[in-house]
Amino acid sequence: MTVNNAPCEINVSRKEHALEVSIVGDWVLDAETPALEAVLTQLGDGADIKRLVFSTEALGRWDSLLMTELIQLIDYGTKQGIEVDTSTLPEGIQGLLSLVYAVPERVGARRQETKTPWLEVIGKGGLRIFRDSQALVSFVGETALSVFALMRGKARFRLVDLWMNIQDCGPSALPIITLISLLVGLILAFVGAVQLALFGAQIYIADLVGLGMTREMGGLMAAIIMSGRTGAAYAAQLGTMQVNSEIDALKTMGFEPMDFLVLPRMLALVSIMPLLCLYAILMGIVGGALVTVNFFDVSLVEYLNRTANAVHLTDLTIGIVKCAVFGVLIALSGCMRGMQCGRSASAVGDAATSAVVTGIVFIVIADSLMTVMCNRLGI
Amino acid sequence: MAVPCLTIKNMTMAYGDFIIQRDLDFTINRGDIFIIMGGSGCGKSTLLMHLIGLQSPSKGDVLYGDESLWQAEHKERQRILRRTGVLFQSGALLSSMTLAESIALPMTEHTRLGSQRIREIVSYKLALVGLAGFEDYYPSEISGGMQKRAGLARAMALDPEILFFDEPSAGLDPVSAKLLDDLIRSLRDNLGATIVMVTHELASIFAIGTNSVFLDPETKTMIASGPPKQLRAESRDPKVIRFLTRGETENREENKTKDQETCDL
Repeated sequence: MTVNNAPCEINVSRKEHALEVSIVGDWVLDAETPALEAVLTQLGDGADIKRLVFSTEALGRWDSLLMTELIQLIDYGTKQGIEVDTSTLPEGIQGLLSLVYAVPERVGARRQETKTPWLEVIGKGGLRIFRDSQALVSFVGETALSVFALMRGKARFRLVDLWMNIQDCGPSALPIITLISLLVGLILAFVGAVQLALFGAQIYIADLVGLGMTREMGGLMAAIIMSGRTGAAYAAQLGTMQVNSEIDALKTMGFEPMDFLVLPRMLALVSIMPLLCLYAILMGIVGGALVTVNFFDVSLVEYLNRTANAVHLTDLTIGIVKCAVFGVLIALSGCMRGMQCGRSASAVGDAATSAVVTGIVFIVIADSLMTVMCNRLGI
Repeated sequence: MAVPCLTIKNMTMAYGDFIIQRDLDFTINRGDIFIIMGGSGCGKSTLLMHLIGLQSPSKGDVLYGDESLWQAEHKERQRILRRTGVLFQSGALLSSMTLAESIALPMTEHTRLGSQRIREIVSYKLALVGLAGFEDYYPSEISGGMQKRAGLARAMALDPEILFFDEPSAGLDPVSAKLLDDLIRSLRDNLGATIVMVTHELASIFAIGTNSVFLDPETKTMIASGPPKQLRAESRDPKVIRFLTRGETENREENKTKDQETCDL
């Protein structure tokens, strides 16, 4: 059933110094509204009107539409110093109006949009970077103290937490590491093959994939996966604990959150990362072999032999050391963002996001530095 | 004879330059059920954070007996705070542990009890709060009211002298809230503990509060202190009266006579 709305109208009649506004029809939200400006201009300066009265005999149904128009009228009238008489309005409207005007608008409560000069924006950005780095340094310091406490046997955490974390960042991460590393090895092989096949030197694909995976890509890929997987999880876990006052509760029970929560997570990741790296390298080499053996006329034995000749223990050590460093950085950024988390649900999301961003930035910077260092030192 | 248990001396709380409450000065006696009350956002919970050592005051001090909490070294403070138990607003149980593990945690850390004995104590504490048999449940598997009671069991793990409650009845239905009130009172009576409670639940305030302090967000200090019923009957401060009567000032006389009757009983 459709309801036909009577068209809404607003009529104005003047009686000496009073203006009578009669409201007619159904004032519901989807109705076409007559322009209010006509009434407002009648109320304007020089019109010499002292009173505003309403007549609502012909008013049908009404809702918030009528209320907003009325409030506009009343506000405008009061601003002009006109006496507004609402006593002839229906009771419901009077009740709502008295609610609206019961608590006066608090001075200064309305947010003003201010334009910040660009210099101030830059300055604030600079200060934020400064504060962030301060927080980073102090978090690193606290972590170091916890590690010392652990070495002296004074740090307290539950071994079962350590095992749970190892389980979570080790075996559970294998499927995704397998997939990504295999594909990266495959891609490396294809990219190299295009060039090397020109010279009939397909056998050197083994060098390229072997060295590439071992020194660089194995660790890097494992680190980026773990940053998105475990770093974000750490930030979200600790952030939720912060929101839920669990960290406060631990403190009141005399536990150091750094020892109890951060240490087991950090230890788990740092001890697992080198193993994951080793696994990623292996998978990459398998991926490279798949391509080379199937498409480029090199036998598996030749490929493996070539790989064994090209990749030295030094390369493997470099790759694994790098990955251990990445592990520290991922755990650090994840736990730091979690512990710094605010006390709302959206803060937890922000913490997880910034844990991943911080983690990846740290990883890439550290990787570049270490690669340059190895190059300069000739290893 | 009232023995002071916790003394707040001329304390000012602030976040940086932003003052939350200043010049707080009051004493909580042994055996009190002390209520910290005030409207939303007046700094009640912040005051609690200062009492349990989570936030340091910008001025003044908190004395446990005659030992200063904030002049003490970190280790010393931990030792003082060992005599307290805290129930957070949300229960704050560790979500990765079962109730038994959560409650056992302070005991494994601070005592030399064997695991069998700890298990027995945990069962006893859970039974005290009406959760017997729930040892191996995770917090997410039980209701909000049960989580709160489990939080209480954890707060009592080390038989504390002082128990702090942050809005214990928030989010509970009236019957559960009443049961929790009764539980709190009987804990005070039977364990001889002192209770400090942050709340704005009028029913609890009048039912169990023996002393109180009223914090005002506008003047940023305490504007009244004393037993809640006495405050309702005798306070001259319109803000305190409005708070304690929910703005229905005309009921004041009526309540006065009602209290008189309950006292006579």
